[in-house]
Amino acid sequence: MNFLIFLSNAVIPLLIFYIVALGLSRRQNIYDDFIKGAAEGFKTVLNIMPTLIGLMVAVGVLRASGFLDFLAKLLGSLTSYVHFPAELVPVTIVKLFSSSAATGLLIDLFKEFGPDSPLGTTASILMSCTETIFYTMSVYFMAAHVRKSRYTLAGALFTTLVGTAASVILAGLM
Amino acid sequence: MLNYLWGFMLLIGVVYGALTGNLPALTDAALSSAKEAVTLCVTMLGVMSFWMGLMRIAEGAGILSGATRKLTPFLRFLFPRLPREHPANKYIATNMIANIFGLGWAATPAGLKAMEALAELEEDRRKAAGTHSGRAEEIHKNKAGLLSGRAGEVHRDRTGLFSGQSKGVSAGASAMPQGAASNEMCNFLIINISSLQLIPVNIIAYRGQYGSVNPAAIVGPAIAATILSTAAGILFCKVADGRRRP
Repeated sequence: MNFLIFLSNAVIPLLIFYIVALGLSRRQNIYDDFIKGAAEGFKTVLNIMPTLIGLMVAVGVLRASGFLDFLAKLLGSLTSYVHFPAELVPVTIVKLFSSSAATGLLIDLFKEFGPDSPLGTTASILMSCTETIFYTMSVYFMAAHVRKSRYTLAGALFTTLVGTAASVILAGLM
Repeated sequence: MLNYLWGFMLLIGVVYGALTGNLPALTDAALSSAKEAVTLCVTMLGVMSFWMGLMRIAEGAGILSGATRKLTPFLRFLFPRLPREHPANKYIATNMIANIFGLGWAATPAGLKAMEALAELEEDRRKAAGTHSGRAEEIHKNKAGLLSGRAGEVHRDRTGLFSGQSKGVSAGASAMPQGAASNEMCNFLIINISSLQLIPVNIIAYRGQYGSVNPAAIVGPAIAATILSTAAGILFCKVADGRRRP
């Protein structure tokens, strides 16, 4: 686990150093490149902003109504004996359908329990190691004009299950 | 998908809130959440701009294209039936590398191109398989005609038919019917969905915004979890690919 903590603290600084040093050594105009990329990143965030407003309002409403607590209590009895925290069930399920909706729920968890709490840490790892299944499958298969997806869904659910289990275990070790 | 998900979140919220008498809190939550989304986006503007800028340098320095080339042995392992020079190789590699570096906007177009290229490959396979089965039918007709003839000749012809058929399959002429995903498509999507992104910049940004002492603390465990889920995806693909070859 010590190695993972070291990796967490060092990976971004090392990456910055590596990329900038390599760019300079290749006599590349790194500052211009940076500005161009940053402008693109800026536009990306502006594009997702309306989505995020819509979804955070929906999650906020759901939280204030008391429904999320009700759902967690309801599912808690089911998930407690596989040692999966009930509060994470909504985010895990919603992530299968929509990444941005899951982001709304993740932020809700951060607000309720704090990002450094066991729940916050688990949710952070969970969101980092899984991808939305149904959205990805529908978009990609549409491009290939495919209607029968065969073993894709089973495989995708399996990787999500492993990622979810790994998140709970790894967060427990932290 | 999001249409119903979003709609029902709001409808359930309002109905449940009315039943539990939480309507005033609900009004407050709707307004404050909207404001909060904007605050969050301001943080995200900084982090994502910085990250994308850095990645642009990496792209210019040839790190991305270098990594794409290094992916070749992995592609041979994961897609053994995909011809070496097929254009799908390049698109798949670009998609995977972009995903690893967290460049979703670059990953999706390459991924869609990869799916189109794989669809063309399957179309070619169908054509190849089509001519083959046509030949098999002819042989079959001959066989039926010979049935009235000498038994020995029928037997010889039948064994000839079977050996011909099995040779065709092993030569890779078999294909999925139209509208069904090929093994390559299934494998590609499973690996894609297993999540390849190594550094979850957006999650780090959210954590920072909500007061984490060390927002990047989850990077190590996240990399470990990503590797585990991807390994599980590869394992699943190898088993399914081996078992369910068309």
